[in-house]
Amino acid sequence: MTETPTDEYEHYEAVVVGAGPGGAAAAAALANHGVETLVLERGVDAGSKNVSGGLIYAEESAPYTIDDLFPDFREEATERPADEYYIHNVAGRNVKTFDLNDIHHHDTEWCDSVLRRKMDSWLAEQVHGMTRETGGGLLTNVRVNGLLREGGEIVGVTCDELDPITADVIVAADGVNSELARDAGLMDWEEPEEWFQGVKAVVDMDPDAINERFGIDDDEGVAHLFAGDLFDGVRGGGLLYTNEDSLSIGTVFHLDSIAEEKAEPHELLDSLLTHPLLDQWLQGEYEEREYAAKLVPDSKKAAHPSPHRGRLLLVGDAAGQMQAQGPIIKGMNHAVTAGGLAAEAYQEAKARGNPTNAGDLYEQKLETEGVMKKLRPARYRYSRPVSESGLVTGLTNGLLNSPVGTAGLKLFGGLVERAFNSPFMLGMIPDTRFSYVTMPTRIGEVLGTPVTAENDIEPPELDERIGDLTYDVDDPHIEVLDNSFEASGTAVTACPVSAKDFGGGCYREETVQTNGGEQKVVSLDTQPCVECGTCAVVADTHWEHPPGGKGVEYKQG
Amino acid sequence: MRSVVLTKGVPDFREGQVSFDEDGHLERGKTPTVMNPNDKHALRAALQTKVRHGGTVSLMSMGPPGYAEILHEGMEDVYADDLYLLSDREMGAADTWATAMTVATGIEHLDETPDLIFAGFKTADGETGHTGPQTEWCLNINDALPDYPLITHVVAMDIDEDEGVVRTKRLVEGDISEIETVEADLPAFVVADPEFEATYRKADHRLRHKDFRAQTRDRAAEFAEYLADDTDTDPTDFADFHMWNHEDLNLDPDFIGLDGSPTIVAGVDPIPKAPSEREATMIEPDDEEGMEEVFEQLQPYAAGD
Ligand SMILES: Cc1cc2nc3c(=O)[nH]c(=O)nc-3n(C[C@H](O)[C@H](O)[C@H](O)COP(=O)(O)OP(=O)(O)OC[C@H]3O[C@@H](n4cnc5c(N)ncnc54)[C@H](O)[C@@H]3O)c2cc1C
Ligand code: SF4
Repeated sequence: MTETPTDEYEHYEAVVVGAGPGGAAAAAALANHGVETLVLERGVDAGSKNVSGGLIYAEESAPYTIDDLFPDFREEATERPADEYYIHNVAGRNVKTFDLNDIHHHDTEWCDSVLRRKMDSWLAEQVHGMTRETGGGLLTNVRVNGLLREGGEIVGVTCDELDPITADVIVAADGVNSELARDAGLMDWEEPEEWFQGVKAVVDMDPDAINERFGIDDDEGVAHLFAGDLFDGVRGGGLLYTNEDSLSIGTVFHLDSIAEEKAEPHELLDSLLTHPLLDQWLQGEYEEREYAAKLVPDSKKAAHPSPHRGRLLLVGDAAGQMQAQGPIIKGMNHAVTAGGLAAEAYQEAKARGNPTNAGDLYEQKLETEGVMKKLRPARYRYSRPVSESGLVTGLTNGLLNSPVGTAGLKLFGGLVERAFNSPFMLGMIPDTRFSYVTMPTRIGEVLGTPVTAENDIEPPELDERIGDLTYDVDDPHIEVLDNSFEASGTAVTACPVSAKDFGGGCYREETVQTNGGEQKVVSLDTQPCVECGTCAVVADTHWEHPPGGKGVEYKQG
Repeated sequence: MRSVVLTKGVPDFREGQVSFDEDGHLERGKTPTVMNPNDKHALRAALQTKVRHGGTVSLMSMGPPGYAEILHEGMEDVYADDLYLLSDREMGAADTWATAMTVATGIEHLDETPDLIFAGFKTADGETGHTGPQTEWCLNINDALPDYPLITHVVAMDIDEDEGVVRTKRLVEGDISEIETVEADLPAFVVADPEFEATYRKADHRLRHKDFRAQTRDRAAEFAEYLADDTDTDPTDFADFHMWNHEDLNLDPDFIGLDGSPTIVAGVDPIPKAPSEREATMIEPDDEEGMEEVFEQLQPYAAGD
């Protein structure tokens, strides 16, 4: 790079990278404090890169909720409220349904389903208006590709589309696989244990059909979760949320489990879609609007205890602030809270005449406002070493399968349901097969009743799913560094748009002749890539996001 | 910077819009008229100038009153601060020469002498590529206006305000593989190539661009209300739209329109006949021989409105 003195660069008081809920909240709060704020988003439109299952929470205990910052949010940007909340414990055709309303409504002011393209683009419009008044504004189609440093200090950002920009504070709200967090050395993408992989289908459905099949009114909605033996032993679960005129049906699994089991994510989603239990809602009709996937950090392991460096503050998924509270996924709300706190921290630090202190203040606020306690519960740290040991799991498994265990379950079915509704217990749940598979399956077996309906819908094949997505392809943004099967082979199955023996995806398995004989290697074609981040973790790659406006474009999200 | 962009209406050649008679001749009456697509590149070049250096962008056309729609299109799809339509029955059936004469006079009548005049490369119907250069020539023989050096096939540009020059990248002989850098003193006349690309490497510029796009869309929406069929208002009631006839321009009817046109259309080849090569030649403003050659070339096939 040519050496340009930094005083010749464009300067904004604050630069916010990413216009998801975290970036939107940070920018709105900064603008409220009168800080000149520039927001840079790589998508053609905010939300065009984003996926969530779709329930955004406003927690009573949170210092910032999305409607604090954007009062019209629920009216303009959400789908339906999630009034009811159930988990279905599945064992074959046997299903036992627990009502999880208590835990769902615990500390919940409100909770709505959302589709990210609509939500984020609406937020971006508000944010642009608010930040423009401060002399900044929001730009789409701009990818930040790194941090600008001067004498080793972070002073700004560099972009694919713009000349470098300096700032007094940089908020990295660039989501999971944050290139800025990586550049700053705060996050790495090494351990599959630290991540979930989420896959989702948005399914077209007439509002009247939704109302009738779910027994709700126009302004009501439902959430259903699924666990048990329908996912081939892969640790995780399924979800189904009602939108205005569609359903969000998805799966979220521990990435290490997907990798170990050599599971095909799209097939796991299909297992859910085609389960007889879903017939009551799908009734033989299935029109998929969009297939999407993304990594989700597990805050219990990934939330950075000190998510800042110099002028750089990490917010939301970029900092690993994504809480899986048992089956409840809370990422968007924490991103909003963190964004608000980051802005507040900068404002206070500035008022005290020491803006460089913003990071420390931010870290303090995450603690004192109780955010860190939710993200990395101490209970979990205590329970993990014991409960994740194979011996203990084996023991509990044995117990549960013994006659005593079965009888106990029968006797205490109600108690189990109550236990599920305890935030204390959920914070402690170990990430073992026991919690995700064995226990729900046993509950389904012992307490459940069989579903008699047949579900004969046919989800699209992978090539159709890829074909239905919109892409503006650019040069490859991922490079395989080690193409041996040992190093990168997992991506063939774990990539949500690749599959073993499928030629139209990103990763393919190939056999090449070498002097010594044959060698199994992988090849990569990034054209159908949905930028989910999976291969950044499970394969040996050099992984970047495509330039602004390029790559996949989600219309639903 | 004060910029003026010249445009004209052309039949909408997009699939399903265009209609031909049995002989393959274009049925103008049945084919909607749109802004010449290439002129949008010129408008984008003018917008880039405004974003980077401030000033105003005026969009000007000559044609029937219905061409207000074309000006509206440019305002909505790209940008315009104000619109000028030179419209008069006397101006009808003008060839490119008479058009150039009229437009040059229109430019002369602006309250401020433009620093930059932009035109698109070739219209989608007449395909002569001459109106721009001819207008420029008419400007240069017009004593009331300064000389405008002409730069064609421009694919990128920037202005050095201190030096008072425009620096451009242009395609040599219209060839995409060969690009040269050309500098000219302001004021200047720029013909934007279809390959023209506006570049904005500063956040501030992109934000201003976004502001201007929002403003021009609002302005166009307001103008659309004056253009609507069911309204009592006249388009000229809209403050940013000006319609000038030959009297406003103080033009002798003998020199404009059909009477002022040295070319006659001998015949029009039926479609499909793919206009292939880009056929514009660089003519220096003071090169009278060159201009004469232009007229000669024009003679056989120039299509006036
Ligand atoms: C299948 C699935 C289900 C989920 N379900 C839920 C749920 O029900 N409830 C919940 O609360 N959370 C859920 N989550 C998690 C939730 O989506 C995230 O926690 C949340 O989106 C994080 O917000 P964020 O603002 O930190 O990041 P994001 O929403 O990811 O936003 C980051 C933004 O930064 C942009 N960006 C990235 N890199 C760059 C760059 N280099 N330059 C410029 N811009 C860049 C991106 O385009 C994006 O717009 C789910 C996630 C998945 C995948
Ligand atoms: S190539 Fe990598 S980032 Fe792209 S979809 Fe596949 S796993 Fe995800």
